[in-house]
Amino acid sequence: MSLITFDLQHQPAKARINMALLLVLMIAFPFFASQYGNSWVRIIDLALLYIMLALGLNIVVGFAGLLDLGYIAFFAVGAYLTGLFASPQFAALLESLVYNYPALGEWLVSLFGEDIRQNGIHLSVWVVVPLAALVAAFFGALLGAPTLKLRGDYLAIVTLGFGEIIRIFMNNLIEPINFTNGPQGINMVDPIRIFGVSLAGEAGSQSTVYIGGYGMPSVNAYYFLFLALCIATIFITSRLQHSRLGRAWVAIREDEIAAKAMGINTRNVKLLAFSMGASFGGVAGAMFGAFQGFVSPESFSLTESIAVLAMVVLGGIGHIPGVVLGGVLLAALPEILRHVVEPAQIALFGEKLVEAEVLRQALYGLALVLIMLVRPAGLWPSPNKEDRPNAALARDEEEAAA
Amino acid sequence: METFVQQILNGLVLGSMYALVALGYTMVYGVLNLINFAHGDVLMIGAMVGLSILHALESHFPGLPGYLQLAIAILGAIPVAMLVNMLIERIAYRRLRNAPRLAPLITAIGVSILLQTFVMAMPFWGRNPLPFPQVLPSEPIMIGGAMISQTQVLLLALAASAMFALVLLVERTKMGRAMRAVAENPRVAGLMGVDSNRVIVATFAIGAALAAVAGVMWGANYATISFTMGVLPGLKAFCAAVLGGIGNIYGAMIGGLLLGIIEALGAGYIGDATGGLLGSHYQDIFAFVVLILVLTVRPSGIMGERVADRA
Repeated sequence: MSLITFDLQHQPAKARINMALLLVLMIAFPFFASQYGNSWVRIIDLALLYIMLALGLNIVVGFAGLLDLGYIAFFAVGAYLTGLFASPQFAALLESLVYNYPALGEWLVSLFGEDIRQNGIHLSVWVVVPLAALVAAFFGALLGAPTLKLRGDYLAIVTLGFGEIIRIFMNNLIEPINFTNGPQGINMVDPIRIFGVSLAGEAGSQSTVYIGGYGMPSVNAYYFLFLALCIATIFITSRLQHSRLGRAWVAIREDEIAAKAMGINTRNVKLLAFSMGASFGGVAGAMFGAFQGFVSPESFSLTESIAVLAMVVLGGIGHIPGVVLGGVLLAALPEILRHVVEPAQIALFGEKLVEAEVLRQALYGLALVLIMLVRPAGLWPSPNKEDRPNAALARDEEEAAA
Repeated sequence: METFVQQILNGLVLGSMYALVALGYTMVYGVLNLINFAHGDVLMIGAMVGLSILHALESHFPGLPGYLQLAIAILGAIPVAMLVNMLIERIAYRRLRNAPRLAPLITAIGVSILLQTFVMAMPFWGRNPLPFPQVLPSEPIMIGGAMISQTQVLLLALAASAMFALVLLVERTKMGRAMRAVAENPRVAGLMGVDSNRVIVATFAIGAALAAVAGVMWGANYATISFTMGVLPGLKAFCAAVLGGIGNIYGAMIGGLLLGIIEALGAGYIGDATGGLLGSHYQDIFAFVVLILVLTVRPSGIMGERVADRA
């Protein structure tokens, strides 16, 4: 039994203590880190978003065993939705709409009032986030529907193609109707505002957020929001894993035909896996858009899909603490490398020999290759044998022994 | 009408490159039931090596005729690409040959990323798009009001002869027979005395050679190459292989050409067809639409027969 365990089933007392300790550490973290500069907290903010993504992808890849290589598309859907409904972008859309299809454009103006012509739409976060989850879930089902019959490698290619298609649309939906503002992306996305407190800080406050008289840097405020969301995601996905639905997913992963024979409606269950996984991506995307303040197609390339997959694979496919570990390692390590390796090189050799971006990519590639060759269940596989993906990844022990 | 002829020509040019790459996918799939995700990056390696050879020729032997330069570049790129692909097989796939299919797929993605990273890290290649020297004369040849460049004519000729050579190899030689035997049933082929490891390595090598030809000619045709150039052609070539019927080499050729023509015609007419709503920059979508359609309507593709557990 390992020292660090979050296994509530077998060692509940130990697991609870560990969780409490970790929570305290996580809450204390930004207060220490921000003393060394806000950029460190910012790195962890993004890492938390990536962990959310990895947990969402883990539903599709880990639980249901469906290799999805276009997962970042749902992240993009969430981010662009925020961009469209919480920024001046809608005004640009309307302008192009009125120009090309006056009737429809004028009807929209009369529906929402003259004001959106200038300012666009600025929906509250309470509307945008559920909307992002819903729309992403819809796209998830949309991707799932034609791929239901496909298995393994074909599914991987189709999802990859889906991710590319979404990216092509992001780049080109600028004319005749300007939805995405093309390659430049959407700027001035509203920061998140919860109960009247803007997490980017009010104007003139030098991005300091005041909550009940207590001020903290904007990145710290976002940190706590993302931390809360991550904890919620972990809670939801771990409850899902042990639910009837989660067991159906695992059954499909291990043997689809047998699962069908046991009376599982494989079509609906697979579609649910796609759309539930996608909705987490959508929420993370909405957060990303508001956090960054802009969205552009660059953030949603194939490499990002692969990065999220690498997190899931590295940590341990199907094991939630493993996936979180993978997310932390692969999201934070490259940034730490960027801060350490580049100055170190300049100090040692007087020039930059290897760029951090190169190291980042190499890390993803190596993680995928080495883990699959050496330790296919991941760095931190599930302690329960039945939770590990056998049919999908590891060889049967009997077969290997023979 | 002129547009039509022009787009058909463009489609054939594009399609013959897809066909060359698709052959590599389909042959590997035939013997191993594995998608070699890194195949598109082998094309990219071929193009990069070709570029470096052209640069070296320019500085050491200026004034060589263009066709000769290009021939040397292709001949130099082929062995490098072969070596890379054989290494990939040895390191990433061989140990996972009996593992469930998700595992080699994930390593393949990893290898693809690593190859791109390698090229990105090389000081003489790097991450920025590189101009590919235009060594062939640039005046185009006119056919029925449509234009085709000399590079493209050479590309068509090369693709046709490479495919012809491949057919001869597969149908007439002992190695070809062994390949067909392994594709049919690796275990029984082994019992008949076929060294399946050798056959698999040879398959990877042949696929890489074809990809290298496609890579250098891709550079010569489009005049810029970059470390990510292999991703999209690789994906589309896979679509082409599925369209033709994966595992079938004639299918890959037909699928490649067909996909090229579909893309070119689609790009040429999508604007008119949708009343200006979508433009030619949506060209890249067709391959994936074709892929999804084929997989849902006829997963065996045009030429494929056995599909029971494929799709």
